[in-house]
Amino acid sequence: MVIMQERPEIDIEKLCRLARLNLSPAEKEAFSGQLSDILGFFQKLQQVDVEGIPPMAHPFEVEAPLRDDIAAEPWEPARSLSNAPATRDNQVVVPKVVEDA
Amino acid sequence: MDSKTIIDASALELGRALHQGKTTSRSICEAFLDRINQHDANVRAFLNIDRGKVLSQADASDRRREGGNELSPLDGLPIALKDNIAEEGASLSCASRILGNFTSPYTGTAAARLEDAGMVLMGRTNMDEFAMGSSTENSAFQKTCNPWNLAYAPGGSSGGSAAAVAARMSPWALGSDTGGSIRQPASFCGVIGLKPTYGRVSRFGLVAFASSLDQIGPIGQKVEDVATLLDVISGHDPYDSTSWPDPLEPALLQLHMPSNPCAIGLPREYFGDGIDPEVRQHVEQVAETYRDMGYSLKEISLPHTDLAVATYYIIATAEASSNLSRFDGIRYTHRSQKAADAVDLFFQSRGEGFGEEVKRRIILGSYVLSSGYYDAYYKRAQQVRTLIRDDFLGALEGVDAILTPTSPTPAFRIGEKINDPISMYLADIFTISVNLAGLPAVSMPCGLTKNGLPVGFQLIGKPFDEGRMLQIAAAYESACPFSATPNLSIRN
Repeated sequence: MVIMQERPEIDIEKLCRLARLNLSPAEKEAFSGQLSDILGFFQKLQQVDVEGIPPMAHPFEVEAPLRDDIAAEPWEPARSLSNAPATRDNQVVVPKVVEDA
Repeated sequence: MDSKTIIDASALELGRALHQGKTTSRSICEAFLDRINQHDANVRAFLNIDRGKVLSQADASDRRREGGNELSPLDGLPIALKDNIAEEGASLSCASRILGNFTSPYTGTAAARLEDAGMVLMGRTNMDEFAMGSSTENSAFQKTCNPWNLAYAPGGSSGGSAAAVAARMSPWALGSDTGGSIRQPASFCGVIGLKPTYGRVSRFGLVAFASSLDQIGPIGQKVEDVATLLDVISGHDPYDSTSWPDPLEPALLQLHMPSNPCAIGLPREYFGDGIDPEVRQHVEQVAETYRDMGYSLKEISLPHTDLAVATYYIIATAEASSNLSRFDGIRYTHRSQKAADAVDLFFQSRGEGFGEEVKRRIILGSYVLSSGYYDAYYKRAQQVRTLIRDDFLGALEGVDAILTPTSPTPAFRIGEKINDPISMYLADIFTISVNLAGLPAVSMPCGLTKNGLPVGFQLIGKPFDEGRMLQIAAAYESACPFSATPNLSIRN
């Protein structure tokens, strides 16, 4: 059980890594304070007795439906790639990910 | 019909005029495009309009009608779409720089159903970036102004759609509602906005913000317009696994059936401190109007109300941080030119592409889902969500609908809340519980403040019973029609 603090400290560097999100130094400073306030505001949920209450992921549970296994017409590659920033031979070009040997 | 008559008509009045040969789709679309040309430089509701495409769709509709081949009674009517609802060949920016150059390669289900009815998709409306906000100030591209007073925000996140309908630059529009994003701007702009029951309208082609809360819904001037539009976009869709599989009662059919006054619940938690006195006075007057019509008013309690904002912002940011991970700088988004390597490309592209509120919510969502905090925040919020839903379902056993203010205040000034996230989040205090519970709700205009800003009230209905809810809304509309119109030049 995590001990909840009134105004939790934020490890903003860790959160940026988790979110794959670059923040400017000014954003990091501003967000750290604001997020502590917001998390402090969330503390009111800790007072609620939720023992035995089922968590709710969706308003109305529908069983995950499966379509019939029938082949559909696929998109032309050019259509799928129409918004890609860089393409070559019907593929998305990305910076090199494997180091030279 | 001259263009003034067209602009002032409701959507269904225009549909009837088309059917009777009193006007053409081209005349209607030209009248609205002229209106946009005249006023959108001030209101700034639209991000993009392809005038040539609009007019060629209008001409195609006129040819269908001449040949007796109209696709539906709505064939030829224009409609504005929020810029997070996919339409092939149009922008789908979600008012974000990360999708600033994105052109949708497909049309989503809701927009496809409009096209199947012959409707003309007339432009893309402004919004808070990725629908995160309550004022449309979080758009990366422009600030939309409230047509009733241009110094005020139109609400959000569907502020462009609500402002376009209020300024009569479109007869109706689609928005999306995750925590109030249709209803709150409708109330700020003096129009009607409906959030359907979760699962009634397909989310296929709606850019996901918080998938267990998001719904597309109609914004219009008249209850029958909103019911009609709801019926067009409703119904099961195999491309959305959360789409409700059972047949639905058409709302318009039910609207036109005779109905007797019934019981309306007034939750005491929604009429406490913190409501603007003029909003309270107007909404209490609405309750009196219902009583005079023979409805019985019952005080009810929704005891977990004060937990709703915290619960919502945990669940919504958690889902958003997961949904927005797809915007990676690789496949179809803005790509940074500054990245040092492939992994840095994610960090830089997302850092450059997302605006401040979106970044704040991604970080917050990452926190509440992170190891060690998941149970304390996310799981607990899901459990409290069950308690909030059960409050509503219990209350709705004793009443046919629940009446509340839509927002605790009328429209606020542009800039007034933008630097205070918590105060902005509290603007949704009366709407977010409805999304958590998955219920339908509609915001109806019910008067103006002394400063000339609209006030809205909210009716919350039973699951998948939008028809009954709209009957009750229509009873108010015929007793107290909202006939005021904004003059589009006030800015003070």
